[in-house]
Amino acid sequence: MCLAVPGKLIEIYEEAGMKMGKIDYNGTVNKACLEYVPEIETGQYTVVHAGFAISVINEEEAARSYDAWREYTDAAARDGVDVFGEPLDKEGKIE
Amino acid sequence: MKFISEYRDPVTAGNMLDEIRKTVTRPWVIMEVCGGQTHAIVRSGIDQLLPKEIRLVHGPGCPVCVTPLETIDRAIAIALRPEVIFCSFGDMLRVPGSDRDLLIARSLGADVRVVYSTLEALQIARDNPEKEVVFFAIGFETTAPGNAMAIIQAEKQGLTNFSELVCHVLVPPAITALLSSEENQVNAYLAAGNVCTIMGLGEYEEIAKKYQVPIVATGLEPNDIIEGILMVVRMLEDGRCEVQNQYVRSVRHDGNVVARKAVAEVFEVTGQKWRGIGLLPDSGLRIRKRYASFDAALRFDVAGVEVDEPEACISGKVLQGLKRPNQCPVFGTECKPEHPLGATMVSSEGACAAYYKYQPLS
Amino acid sequence: MSDDNKNDEDFSSFSCPLPRLNHDSVQLAHGSGGKLSAELLEKLFLPRFGNETLDRLEDQAVLTLPPGRLAFSTDTFVVDPIFFPGGNIGDLAINGTVNDIAMAGANPLYLSVGFVLEEGLPLEALHRILLSMEEAAWGAGVQIVTGDTKVVPRGSCDKIFINTSGIGVVPEGVNMSVASLPAGDKIILSGSVADHGMAIMTCRQGLSFQSGIESDTAALNSLVADMLMVSKEIRTMRDPTRGGLATTLNEFARSAATGIVVEQEKVLVNSDVLGACEILGIDPLSVANEGKLVAVVPAAVAEDIVQVMRQHPLGRQAMVIGEVVAEHPGVVALQTALGVSQVLDMPVGEQLPRIC
Repeated sequence: MCLAVPGKLIEIYEEAGMKMGKIDYNGTVNKACLEYVPEIETGQYTVVHAGFAISVINEEEAARSYDAWREYTDAAARDGVDVFGEPLDKEGKIE
Repeated sequence: MKFISEYRDPVTAGNMLDEIRKTVTRPWVIMEVCGGQTHAIVRSGIDQLLPKEIRLVHGPGCPVCVTPLETIDRAIAIALRPEVIFCSFGDMLRVPGSDRDLLIARSLGADVRVVYSTLEALQIARDNPEKEVVFFAIGFETTAPGNAMAIIQAEKQGLTNFSELVCHVLVPPAITALLSSEENQVNAYLAAGNVCTIMGLGEYEEIAKKYQVPIVATGLEPNDIIEGILMVVRMLEDGRCEVQNQYVRSVRHDGNVVARKAVAEVFEVTGQKWRGIGLLPDSGLRIRKRYASFDAALRFDVAGVEVDEPEACISGKVLQGLKRPNQCPVFGTECKPEHPLGATMVSSEGACAAYYKYQPLS
Repeated sequence: MSDDNKNDEDFSSFSCPLPRLNHDSVQLAHGSGGKLSAELLEKLFLPRFGNETLDRLEDQAVLTLPPGRLAFSTDTFVVDPIFFPGGNIGDLAINGTVNDIAMAGANPLYLSVGFVLEEGLPLEALHRILLSMEEAAWGAGVQIVTGDTKVVPRGSCDKIFINTSGIGVVPEGVNMSVASLPAGDKIILSGSVADHGMAIMTCRQGLSFQSGIESDTAALNSLVADMLMVSKEIRTMRDPTRGGLATTLNEFARSAATGIVVEQEKVLVNSDVLGACEILGIDPLSVANEGKLVAVVPAAVAEDIVQVMRQHPLGRQAMVIGEVVAEHPGVVALQTALGVSQVLDMPVGEQLPRIC
């Protein structure tokens, strides 16, 4: 429901009394209000919705997800099926 | 893009889908609550890749779709006033009111401007002191903090020409309403990740306990959704009814406490009409008395505008997950994105529009 | 836009300062046909566009055309803002019509230019626009041979509207038509999509972007000429402007009553453009381009054409993105990253930034 995009905080500044930041999304930079993520530091990634940073991305947790995913990859390799559940070796050897 | 590409990687997707296939043994109905999830599901084709045991139904999580007809009519009435600059997210411009939408109002002379953030509307108010600047404050819990901040700032800066037409809806009461319905057939829920980013998991823990349903707070990228489905399927198969968090990179247990505080400062919970569903108790937000001067509905005296919804479309059933868009007799014929009958066809997050735009190639 | 063009622009702004005029901005009298009109013509327009035909100042251009069939096209340009990263309404107006002619495989030769100016438009802005039009016309090898200027009261138009029409000659043996696109034909896209549209959207007033996104506005006729050197069997070409790639592919499928399959992964989107699309919730396949082309070619020559395109500065990222199929006539199928095929429809109306 809510388009929220991760970007990297590259600069913190003040505007009209509010804590604001410049967020880099892959080379396109846009400003966002940082009032709701007072703990954020430059270099961190943040989830931005409609011009407001709503969370600081927890990179450790993200890394843990990637580790879990790697296990599925290993499992798939053990089972000999590709990403869509098809047998890995289509050329033959299928009993 | 970091934190996007990883969540769209087809290899990871395939592996997790495979894991789902291995885990599932019985038919399950899972509702993704958030319209953004619906959009991602049909756009990437996840629904076509799931094992046949799993049926996804689309939830009410599109604030554009559930904004009642009368609110659109109120918005248009305000926008057409000569002294008003009416600011809105782009989403709302094509949503049909009783007889027109905001784009048509613009063609009739209304000064309707698309903004990306509430703070832009505030800037427009500062730049145009002779004008009344009204912001169309729609959205779920995710958008409420921004809309609250604009009012807090407007007061701080002494801006008297800024107000908001508020139509904020809350997700948990809608889920509760669905769960209480006798027609309910949903076994588990993917909760909206960005709503949980603000609100945390507490409300869902109560629901999971009371109604004995597994719930997973889930992000909006394809692999988030697939992982969320895997997590609920595991719970369903094990007979567990927990609240789990898939969107760990953004959702903390208590949500964003600072943002919640700001929302509570400006808004209070109220009964709210949902388009296609009707009045749900405690399912919306309204501006508190202390900030009443920023309430556009009062300032422009449009609170009395009330409209009944036409019977034409089944969007209410679609929003409750009781019908699929393509079960509607007018889907794709009388009702298309270029002339929508119901809001679920207007918003790109609406289930009907998503179905129409990303039809599987049959 | 290529780096060469940028250098030229910088150079021209040094060499051509605004001529001395009696006003700083466009006056209604500049369009009255009197002395001020003449001054505008002589001091601003002719020095930029002057050539043998135009300098005669007749009511019409009398042209001698080489033999062959003619391609004739017209387009009107309205854009807000009129200056944007990578270009302005002036080069856009020249390149747009040049491209429309080139898409028939024709060699564009002559353009007409019609201006509607809003009273109060700074003459300095007009001058800068004319300089880039001169530059663009020179780059595309076309002459501006006739023109017209009208001035309307403030508020009656948005700063400046430009119409350009053009004529080109179709080379012998080239016979493009969208009417018949045989199954098996390949679809080539000349480069990344959505650059122009997102350059405009991110610099519109109100959106607080700082982006390096530049419009891709460019004249494609020399790229087309190179492609035709490989094969004159190119079935059809189009530049995916308004409505983006999604619209162009749907036009192909509908006109030829054939099916089209495109692989999403093959359609390039520059990373900063993708970032902007994500923030605003916009589908890059529905966003306008001003310097890209889509060609349908027989499979046998597709790879050779792509190789030649990649030698050209405007085709460095050319790629086969899909093919024509006999199934699902009139429908474009997009194969997603997950390997699922879906209908790719035309966008409905203007692309609006969204939060949902």
